[in-house]
Amino acid sequence: MAKINLIQSINSTLRQEMEKDKRVILLGEDVGRNGGVFRVTEGLWQKFGDERVIDTPLAEVGIISVSLGLAVAGMKPVPEVQFDGFSIPMIDQIYNHVSRIRKRSQGKYSAPLVLRVPHGGGIRAYEHHSESLETFFSHIPGLKVVTPSGPYNAKGLLASSIQDPGPVIFLEPKRVYRAIREEVPEKEYTIPLNKAEVVQGGSDITVIAWGAMQKVVREAVSELSSKYSIEIIDLLTLSPLDKKTIINSVKKTGRCVVVQEAPRKCGYGAELAATIQEGAFLNLEAPIARVAGFDIPMPLAKLENYYIPDAARINKEIEKVMSF
Amino acid sequence: MEMIQFLDPESKVVNFEGFPKLSDGEVKKIYELMVISRMFDDIALKLQREGRLLTYASFLGQEASQIGSAFALEKEDWFLTSYRDHAVWITRGFPLHMLYQYWAGDERGMKIPDNINALPATIPVGTQIPHAVGVAWANKLQGKKSVAVVYFGDGATSKGDFHEGMNFAGVFQVPCVFLCQNNQWAISVPVERQTASETLAQKAAAYGFEGVLVDGNDVFAVYKATKDAIDKARAGKGPTFIECYTYRLESHTTADDWKRYRDVKEVEEWKKRDPVERLKKYMRKKGLWDEKYEEKILNDAKLKVREATQKFESVEPLKPKDMFKYVYETAPEQIQEQMKDFE
Repeated sequence: MAKINLIQSINSTLRQEMEKDKRVILLGEDVGRNGGVFRVTEGLWQKFGDERVIDTPLAEVGIISVSLGLAVAGMKPVPEVQFDGFSIPMIDQIYNHVSRIRKRSQGKYSAPLVLRVPHGGGIRAYEHHSESLETFFSHIPGLKVVTPSGPYNAKGLLASSIQDPGPVIFLEPKRVYRAIREEVPEKEYTIPLNKAEVVQGGSDITVIAWGAMQKVVREAVSELSSKYSIEIIDLLTLSPLDKKTIINSVKKTGRCVVVQEAPRKCGYGAELAATIQEGAFLNLEAPIARVAGFDIPMPLAKLENYYIPDAARINKEIEKVMSF
Repeated sequence: MEMIQFLDPESKVVNFEGFPKLSDGEVKKIYELMVISRMFDDIALKLQREGRLLTYASFLGQEASQIGSAFALEKEDWFLTSYRDHAVWITRGFPLHMLYQYWAGDERGMKIPDNINALPATIPVGTQIPHAVGVAWANKLQGKKSVAVVYFGDGATSKGDFHEGMNFAGVFQVPCVFLCQNNQWAISVPVERQTASETLAQKAAAYGFEGVLVDGNDVFAVYKATKDAIDKARAGKGPTFIECYTYRLESHTTADDWKRYRDVKEVEEWKKRDPVERLKKYMRKKGLWDEKYEEKILNDAKLKVREATQKFESVEPLKPKDMFKYVYETAPEQIQEQMKDFE
């Protein structure tokens, strides 16, 4: 089996889904001839042509709102926004229309579209190119929010997202794009959009992370493997959240650290902490800890690595929770 | 830019060339739609005052713009509207009682019957414009012949959604008709504060397609411009922007009072250009209208509107747990749990 990176995995999944279903079309800025600024759609314009891989005007609101129209009238658009910071103006259309057309039409219409968003920092990019906005999307009823952490799960999650009858926000950890290579079967497979994965079993403490933080967590806790038995959970889908897997894990370990790249305040980690204390209060041996970005704007490239949680910060928090 | 007009405010035919080919029966049908729409609107205002509807947005004065344009659609065509376009819905055969139902706060009024291609009216101004572009584009990509017509007002032309939608439509040459009712006022703000352009119609030029200015109170001008634009779109010749120059005679909604910002004289002047009276006078001259006919269609309209008012209040009450419906195809565990707790 070939070892491929995240970009190749997403690219081949898009190709596979487009071959299978003629309704699937890609649109966005530079996704056509240029293959996208991260080259995720490389070669697809050449293969599928102008009508299915579409370079649009430079207009994020246009991309998402026209995609909604395409979706209700029978297509399955997979729009791309170039960087997460530029998805903010799309939120009006996502919040008011994309996520609620099923409800607003009392089930007559739905919006089967997948918005692909390169997510997070760590690639020494410019301002506004490195944000983590998963909380914004996860807060919106009617959406599914999915975030792969590597090439293998990206393929199954993207196939499920494209096949889903409703709108999905697909957050691609951009610092992982070329950083992880995994064996990925060529044959199509899906991963359900409501299941977290226990990637490493353990009995002392649960560490929860998603997207790019998953790799950081795995590397960090390997330094502590002789000391503690650590369970790692990869959420994969943020909305809807797989409460059961998380709560069962913390019921077993009694301790939990949540790791997120986004600012701490009102972040997704806060939702997890609340969910865990609701579901496993009597099993908790220590307060649930959060390792997160600081409550400041994402710094520019020279300081970003001080901002993004790293092994030292994660392990310090694990030690604190273990010694509580 | 010249304004297309066939009937002047005195109902005199001022332009014979290109006068739309409508049978006497069709002209009468249009008039009857105007009469029932106006009655629907009038009763809605009364129902609101009685507390039976919530806030309501009247389209009084805009009947020709809405009915003249909607009458030009074919069954397979799509339409997307704002919150002030009830006469479009009535023209396209949407059940009257469901309009009242929605304006009374019952979401079931948004369920569009299977034989109507439309999206529920949008409340955030102008957001439906790019949706229509997407719908039109999907039709084109699927080789369908349907056209999408999107309704919005002068205020919407200030929004980014308008720009991005118009721009996509021009670039991808989608079969979309942009139907702008310039009713002169966005709540209290006059059109001069929306744009420094002499007309709204001329904006289309910047997007590379045709813009047309029509007398929005002349139902024949509106019908003709829309029919031409739809035929053009259906023939694969791209989008058109139509500015219907008209006037909102009522307040923005029942929560608004136009006397705070408009001169009574201005409103009185526009009443003289009433679109329903204009058509009626023309029909009388043509021998298509007499008192007996008027009495009959008023009675028919009354019956239908009365039936709608009775029906929207006699539907089975919503169950509180209905609010959980239709958010996802299958409700995720969290919503199921919340539903259970709620019960």
